[in-house]
Amino acid sequence: MSPIPPTALNQDAAVAIPATVTSPRFRFLRSPALRKPATIGGLALLLIFVLMALLASHLEPYNPTVKSGPIYAPPSGAHLLGTDDSGADMLSLVIAGSRVSLIVGFAAALVAMIIGGAVGLLSGFFGGKTDMVLMRITDYVLVIPDIPLMIIVAALFGRRLLNIIIIIGAIYWTSTARLVRAQVKSVRERTYVKRVRAVGAGNTRLIGRHILPQVAPLLIANTVLTVAVAIFAETYITFLGLGDPSLISWGKLIENSFKGDAVLNHAWWAIVAPGVCVTLVVLACTMVGQAMEDALNPRLRVGHLSVRRFRLRSLNTGLSSE
Amino acid sequence: MSGALLQVEDLNVWFELEGRPELHAVQGIDFDLSQGERLGLVGESGCGKTTAILAVMGLLPPTASVAGRVRLDGDDIFEDGEDSIRPHRWRDIAMVFQGAMNAFNPVRRIVDQIVEPMELHEIAEGKAARRQAGDLLELVGISAQQATRYPHEFSGGMRQRAAIAMALACNPRVLLADEPTTALDVMIQAQVLELLGRLTEELGLALVLVTHDLPVVAQTCDRAAVMYAGKIVESGTTDDLYHSPRHPYTRLLFSATPDLYGEGDVISIPGTPPRLDREVTGCSFAPRCDVAFGPCSSVTPESLSVAPGHQARCHLNDPTMRRAS
Amino acid sequence: MSARSPLLEVENLTTHYPIPRGIVGAISGRPKQVAHAVDGVSFSLARGEMLALVGESGCGKTTTAQTVMRLVDPVAGTIRFCGDDITHLRHRDLRPLRRRMQLIYQDPYDALDPRFRVRQAVEEPLLVHHLGSRTERTERVERALERAGLAPADLFLDRYPHELSGGQRQRVAIATALVLEPELLVADEPVSMLDVSVRAEILTLLDELRRSGLGILMITHDLSTAARFADRIAVMYLGRIVEQGAAQDVVRDPRHPYTRALITVVPKRDPRDRTTPQILKGEAPNPVKVPSGCRFHPRCPEVASGRARDRGLEERCRGDDPLLREISRDHLAACHLA
Repeated sequence: MSPIPPTALNQDAAVAIPATVTSPRFRFLRSPALRKPATIGGLALLLIFVLMALLASHLEPYNPTVKSGPIYAPPSGAHLLGTDDSGADMLSLVIAGSRVSLIVGFAAALVAMIIGGAVGLLSGFFGGKTDMVLMRITDYVLVIPDIPLMIIVAALFGRRLLNIIIIIGAIYWTSTARLVRAQVKSVRERTYVKRVRAVGAGNTRLIGRHILPQVAPLLIANTVLTVAVAIFAETYITFLGLGDPSLISWGKLIENSFKGDAVLNHAWWAIVAPGVCVTLVVLACTMVGQAMEDALNPRLRVGHLSVRRFRLRSLNTGLSSE
Repeated sequence: MSGALLQVEDLNVWFELEGRPELHAVQGIDFDLSQGERLGLVGESGCGKTTAILAVMGLLPPTASVAGRVRLDGDDIFEDGEDSIRPHRWRDIAMVFQGAMNAFNPVRRIVDQIVEPMELHEIAEGKAARRQAGDLLELVGISAQQATRYPHEFSGGMRQRAAIAMALACNPRVLLADEPTTALDVMIQAQVLELLGRLTEELGLALVLVTHDLPVVAQTCDRAAVMYAGKIVESGTTDDLYHSPRHPYTRLLFSATPDLYGEGDVISIPGTPPRLDREVTGCSFAPRCDVAFGPCSSVTPESLSVAPGHQARCHLNDPTMRRAS
Repeated sequence: MSARSPLLEVENLTTHYPIPRGIVGAISGRPKQVAHAVDGVSFSLARGEMLALVGESGCGKTTTAQTVMRLVDPVAGTIRFCGDDITHLRHRDLRPLRRRMQLIYQDPYDALDPRFRVRQAVEEPLLVHHLGSRTERTERVERALERAGLAPADLFLDRYPHELSGGQRQRVAIATALVLEPELLVADEPVSMLDVSVRAEILTLLDELRRSGLGILMITHDLSTAARFADRIAVMYLGRIVEQGAAQDVVRDPRHPYTRALITVVPKRDPRDRTTPQILKGEAPNPVKVPSGCRFHPRCPEVASGRARDRGLEERCRGDDPLLREISRDHLAACHLA
C-alpha cells in the first residue's frame, strides 16, 4: 500500500495533540474547585482521622478500657484530654472511638450509595411506571421519621452495630437516588447513547459502559457527603442509648458523659473532645464532597451571574487598567 | 469617517485563561455604520464576531480586557470603560443575543418583559410603558391580544420577534443582532429578515447583522465585513464581495456555500483556523490558502484599500509584495 | 428478496404521537389528541442513490427517518427493506437488521461518548453484534476510519473526541456506522452543526459512499444542500410529501405552491439575485389540528391570491386532500392545480 500523503486533515491531527493529553475521565481533577484551601484542608483533616482510626491501637497512650487516672481529671501533661467518669484516658477513648464512628459512617454511606444509586439508575433509565413506583417509594422513605424507626429496630432486632449500619443506610439513600435519577435521565438523552442504542446495544451495555461511568463521579461525590450525614446519625443514635453497648464510639462517649454527670462535674473535656471530633470529620467530609460536586457539576456554578466589568487596556503598552 | 453613527476603531479583545497564555480573540477590527445602514459581520465559529459585538456593548466578563475606540456620534464611549458605556447601553445601542428567543422568563408575560427595560432605563413606566410596549410588539408583528401571553405559548419565530422588540424598547439607534435567524426555519427566517429590513427603513435603525450564513448577508445587507481568526480580512459592499472578492477566504467561503442553481463544485476549505492563544507570523489564513506565495507566511498583511469602500487584508493586492517575491 | 427490488420501499407510512391529556383532561373527558407526525408517506430508495427529505420543522421528516429505522413504531403503512416487510417485526428480530441500516446524527459534538477513544467508539458496534475476532475487529475499525476519510487511521485511533475538530468528529461518527458495512445510511441533518467551510467535505464523503453502492436517505431543512448533493428530493409539509422528483427538476420546475414559495425564500449567494421572496403568512399549523382538504390551503398563495378560484378549483382545495400524483416523468406533486 502506497504511503498516504499528508493532507490538511491528518496534519491537523498530528499538530492538534498537546504535549500532555488528559483523558476526559480525569479532567475534573484540574478544576479550580479542588484547589481551594478549604478543600485541601478538608482532605487533610479526613486523612488524619482515617489514619487515626486505622492505627488506633498504636496511637492510644493508655488502654481506654481501664482506669489510668483520677476520675474526671482535667487535661494535663499526663492526660492531654483529661479522663472520663471511670478514670480512663480521654485521648485514648477518642482515638478508639474513631474506629467505630468512621466504620459506621463509611459502611452506612456505602449502603446508602448502593440503594440510592440502584433506585436512581433504574428510575432514570427506564422511566414510565418503574420511575413512578420507585419515586413513590422514595417519597415514603423520606417521610419516615428516623428516630422512632431506630427505636423500633433497636427494640425488635437488638442494638447491634450491623443493625445501625443498615438502618442508617436504609434511611439516607433518598437524596442520592434523586440526584442519580436526574443525572441518568439527562445522560440517557445524549446523542451518543441514542446512537449506540440504535446500533442495537442492549440495556446492560448502555448502562454499564455509557451511563454508569458518566454518573459514577457524581455518585461518589454525593456519597462523601452522605458519610458526613451517617457519622452524625451514628453519633446521635448512640447518644440516645440505641447504640451497641459493647463498642466505644464518639456518640457513646458523649452518652457516657451525660450519664456520668459530666456537666455537673464541670468536666467539659468529656463532652467537647468527642463532640469536636464529630464536628471536624463532618466538616471535612462536607468540604471535600461539596468541592467534588462543584468540580463535576458545572450547573452549580453561578459565577457567570456576577456583574460584568471588563477591563480596559491601553493599546500601546498593553498594560491593563481598571 | 465623520458622519458615521457608530465608529469602531482598532478593537482588540484578550481573554485571560487559567494557566495558559491569553487568547487574543479580536485582533484590531475597524468598521463604520451610518444611520439606516445594514452591515453584515460574517465569519465561521471562533472568528471573534460575537466577542466583537459583545465588546461594543461592554458585556464581556472580568476575564476580558478590551482596547480600542468605539465612537457614537463622535464621542468615545469606551473612555472610562463600564462607566462611560452604561448610559448608552440599550438606549443608544441595543443587542439581540444569540438564542434570545429561548432566554425569556417563562413565568412572566411577554408584554411585561418588554416593559422591564423601559422602566429600568426610565424611558416610561406603568400604563404608559405598557402602551408603548404594546405598540412596539405590534410593530414587530405581534398583536395586542398575543402580547399578554406567556413565552411558552409563542412559536420560535414569534419569540424572536419579541426579542427584537425587547431590544428596541428604549428606542436605540443601533441594533446589533447576533445570529438572529440561525435557529429558525427558512420561511420564518425570511419573515424576520423582512422585519429587520423594514425597521432599518422605517425607523432609520442602523443594523449590524452577525452571522455565519453568507447568503443571508448577501440578501439582507448593503455592506459586509468578513472575519477570520479575530481580524476583518475583507470589507466592502456585498456586491463587491461576491463579484470581485479580493481575499482568498472570501472567495473560498462563497464557493463552499451551496447555491440552489449554482454550477461548479461546492468546495470545502481544508485545515482549521489557527489557535488564538499564540502569536501567528504572517497571514493567519496562509496555511489553508490556495494561492499563498512567498511573503504570506512571514509578513502579516495590512488592510489595503483595493477600491473605494473596499478593503482587503491580502498581499495579493499589494504590487510591492508581488514584485519583491 | 430479489436483487432488483429497491433498497427501501415505504408505502403509506403513518406515525402518530399521542398527546398526553393528564389527569384533569382524562376526568373532564377531553378527547384524546394525536399529533399526525407522519400521515401517509410513500417513497422508494435504490442502491447508489441519495434521496433528500426536505422540509421545515414539524413537517415529519425526522419522524419518517426514525420510523423507517424502526426506532419508532408506525400505526399504518409498510416498510420494505430489500424486499422484506419489516413493518411489524418484533424488536428482537430487528437486531440483525440494525447492522444493515445505520443512522448518522445531527450533532457531531455529542455523537461520541467523551470517555471513549476513537478506537473504542468505532469498535463498539462490532462488539454489540459479536462480530469478528480481536484482530479482525481492529482491521475493520481501521478500514472504516479510512473509508470515512480519516487516513492514516492510526493517527486517530487513540484520540479522544475533544481532541478532534467538528468535521473529524462527524467522520468518526460516520465510521461507527460504516464499520458494520450497512446498505442503507440515514443521515439526519449531517452538516447543519458544522462550519460552512467543512460541510462540503462531509457531503462529498456521503456522495462517495453513495457511489460505492450505499443508499442514502438525507434529512435536511436546507434546500440548497439537497439541490446540489442529492439525486432526488422529496418536499414534506405537515406529515405528507407534497412534491417529489429529481433534484434539479424539483428546484428548477417546482409544481407545488409550497415548493415554489420555499425556493423564492431561500437566500441566494449573489446579492444581485433579488427575486422577491414569496413569504407565506404565519407558521405551519401544528400536527394535531391538520387542516381539512389540502393541508396547505390555509397558507397557499394560489388560494390567497384568488388564482385557485379563477380556475374553479378553490372548493377542491378546501375540501379534497390531493394525492401525490405524477405530473411529468418521475416528478410527482400533490396539488389540484399542478
